[in-house]
Amino acid sequence: MTGFADFIGGFGDIMTVKVTTTVNGKPVSGDVEPNTLLVEFVRENLGLTGTHVGCDTSQCGACTVHFDGKPVKSCTILAVQAEGHQVVTIEGIGQPGNLHPMQAAFQENHGLQCGFCTPGMIMAGIGIVERNKGTNLSEETIRAELEGNICRCTGYHNIVKSIAAAARGN
Amino acid sequence: MRKFGIGQPVRRVEDVRFITGAGAYTDDLNLPGQAYGYLLRSPWAHAAIRSIDVSAARAADGVLGIWTGADLAAAGVGDLPCAISGVLRNRDGSVLEVAGRAVLARDRAMHVGDGLAFIVAETLAKAKAAAELIVVDAEELPAAANLADAVHGEAPRLRESAPGNICFDWEGGDAAAVDGAFGQAAHVTSIDLLHNRLAPSPIEPRAALGHVDDGRHVLRTSTQGANLFQRVIAPVLGIDQEALRIITADVGGSFGMKEFIYPEHILVLFAAEKLGRPVKWSGDRSESFMSDLHGRDVISHAEIAFDADGRATSLRVHNRANMGAYVSLFGPGIQTLGGARLTGGLYAIPAINVRVTGYYSNSVPVDAYRGAGRPEAAYVIERLMNKAARELGLAPDEIRRRNFIRPSQLPYRHPLGFVFDSGAFEANMDEAMRLADWAGFPARRDGARARGRLRGIGMSCYIESSVGFGYEAAEIRFPEDGTIEIVAGTMSAGQGHETVWAQIVTEQLGVPFEAIRLVQGDTDRVKTGGGTAGSRSTYMVAGAFRLSADQVIDKGKAFVAMLLGEPPESIEFSDGMFRSAGSNRSMSIMETAAAARRDGEGLDSGATFNHDISTFPNGCHVCEVEIDPDTGKVEVVRYLVVDDFGRIVNPMVVDGQVHGGIVQGLGQALMEHSLHDPETGQLVTGSFMDYALPRADDLCAIESSYNEVPCTTSPYGVKGCGEAGTTGACPAIMNAVLDALAERGVTELDMPATPLRVWQALRGAR
Repeated sequence: MTGFADFIGGFGDIMTVKVTTTVNGKPVSGDVEPNTLLVEFVRENLGLTGTHVGCDTSQCGACTVHFDGKPVKSCTILAVQAEGHQVVTIEGIGQPGNLHPMQAAFQENHGLQCGFCTPGMIMAGIGIVERNKGTNLSEETIRAELEGNICRCTGYHNIVKSIAAAARGN
Repeated sequence: MRKFGIGQPVRRVEDVRFITGAGAYTDDLNLPGQAYGYLLRSPWAHAAIRSIDVSAARAADGVLGIWTGADLAAAGVGDLPCAISGVLRNRDGSVLEVAGRAVLARDRAMHVGDGLAFIVAETLAKAKAAAELIVVDAEELPAAANLADAVHGEAPRLRESAPGNICFDWEGGDAAAVDGAFGQAAHVTSIDLLHNRLAPSPIEPRAALGHVDDGRHVLRTSTQGANLFQRVIAPVLGIDQEALRIITADVGGSFGMKEFIYPEHILVLFAAEKLGRPVKWSGDRSESFMSDLHGRDVISHAEIAFDADGRATSLRVHNRANMGAYVSLFGPGIQTLGGARLTGGLYAIPAINVRVTGYYSNSVPVDAYRGAGRPEAAYVIERLMNKAARELGLAPDEIRRRNFIRPSQLPYRHPLGFVFDSGAFEANMDEAMRLADWAGFPARRDGARARGRLRGIGMSCYIESSVGFGYEAAEIRFPEDGTIEIVAGTMSAGQGHETVWAQIVTEQLGVPFEAIRLVQGDTDRVKTGGGTAGSRSTYMVAGAFRLSADQVIDKGKAFVAMLLGEPPESIEFSDGMFRSAGSNRSMSIMETAAAARRDGEGLDSGATFNHDISTFPNGCHVCEVEIDPDTGKVEVVRYLVVDDFGRIVNPMVVDGQVHGGIVQGLGQALMEHSLHDPETGQLVTGSFMDYALPRADDLCAIESSYNEVPCTTSPYGVKGCGEAGTTGACPAIMNAVLDALAERGVTELDMPATPLRVWQALRGAR
């Protein structure tokens, strides 16, 4: 597949632009090609490899991050669009010994197997709980709202259980 | 029971790095000075390649090297082998002899996605841009990409050496006995079934990073066992095994397809050596669909004969199996040496004959995918049983009851050679029917009918075999840092080996669970290993750890005896303590290991477990569906399973394997189908937008339970659990769908039961 940068590459050096944003609470900046995706910026420029790439059609959700507090697929946003915004990745929500409740719920409920879709699932799960705050979050709602994230290992059963447990606060 | 021992739902130790984003999957790894590889792939399903002109591409900005199939041949790079060549015997007595798969196509491209040239550049973008400048002069040839396109008489011939596109024609069982029984039959039921082609689709795409370090080739990539890669790749490159190191860190799912060696593995190593720089290749999802090995893709014709009492007397099956464009490492073995031996399932059918004909086609090679032939065997017999039950006027459970292998018949010698050691097949079904409230189903059907929906219930009583290579290796070591290093030749791709193997060693030695570290996936640290495949890992590794632990204990007893000045026979070991029977003195295993290490040899031990006996996980799945007759959409409203996996090491992890396996089966039954255009051979299902993987809202919760009948032939009575879910799910779901559709006159339906197919079946039956 040939992208925009490949075309302009034929006419000389590929143009780069500077992007300045906030990732996991820290100001970061980097030089990127205009067509660089946010997920590429996060993985390659910042070395935050917890955000994964599982497809090339924005279907799998493995690259889900929080953008100004909301879960988004970071393959659907250009790095330059993050200029001036707040990005949080899986590395920014909790660490070993100080896990985010959603991370702890995934471990407690065996909500992951190979772990590859897991960062995206956790970021999406936090969004589901946030959006449904104050409601009695049903299994049906969790399943419907997880529609944008694909897992091939777990059959979703324990992912749904994990998100429900995190929503209940246990 | 020990807190972290066998039988406990111990939370997984590997999870902490996965939930914090600290996993190390191949594409996460980068080396200084690394260059990027890109594979130019065939856009044609079948084409004669006249020439490949790379001159303009070679001169492009940032390009470091380009290689074609001719270049690899000139450099002496070998082909990827088929391990079944020279092993499988055709029904005419000849032995299968097949050429390997060229790393890059030489004079013919055989499928969409077949590799034509490998471009390495300073960046991936530059490699991709250079690929656009390569001129391939090729003549497109008639193609047969789907199995149905390759098997008929008018199909284009894809290989001079393979008339009718037939790769092999294998047969097992006693054809004469089967013919005789059919001659006496009171009733015969026959069926034609499609086992739809599947793209395994682990969410981590394939990637490989090759470099040359101190004269040795090093490959970092996802595998199901690094040692197999070392054994296969070294001869392809023409180097010694010791000159090749394979390192596998975290694997983002596999389900069979990462067990295999792909062209890109050879290419990154070859290019890294030529360029003197690390070379990384990362495939995207589009490439996965056209280059990952696929699964299933079999057409079955089956006939079963019954006596006047509804007891099956014989079974005859002919499977036509798609091998794809090339034979893969185990390709011809999957439906023959693997799945065919379970033809007939867990029923006492005296005479069985099964024939498997393998065909070439213009598609990605087909090899092992979760279940690897056993789901096909289970699907055939369980669909047949339901169809026969309808024809004979028997309930689905009644026909099964009349035909189960009974406990008194165990161990049972199957006509194709397996010996089923243990199981309680009818009890599993009874328990599943009780849990499912099978008796209350008519009322639920009436309720659905009142809502304008068709409701059906289906079951499958499956048996599969945990089987694999004949040995597994392990070591137990006590390094100075106070940890316990356990080394295994298996490889986890999400199954939780770091936790489960540690539970096994804790049980054996009473060592602190938290101090155990698993070493896997590095040929410099794991001397030998069979690898993870065929649901065998737990019992094989348990055997290898038990032999190793026995050595540790013997060495410990000898050492403690020496310290205490007592005879070794007077030292006992239990619960992690060496105790002197005579003097009341004791030493923990960790103290003993530290002291023994300071003293000299230490307690470090290792052993290889040789074991050629398969185990037989089995159970009963029950599924209930509701179908909207206006749209044809199938909704799974209840799913439950009673499994006999023998003894269970970690029930939490096993539940996860069951859930995941069932949902992959649900994908095959209702959604997934890898398809090519019949005219052009182009891949129609090339992304997650066209190939439907199950999502969270495509199914309901799964109720799993266990009937633990210990295996009599394996360590700890473990049977294995990894592939059972996929084996039992397809027939249970399809039997439920057909049960729902029966009142509308639908009697036949193939997978996947998509809304369109179900709607068409309802329209056609009117």
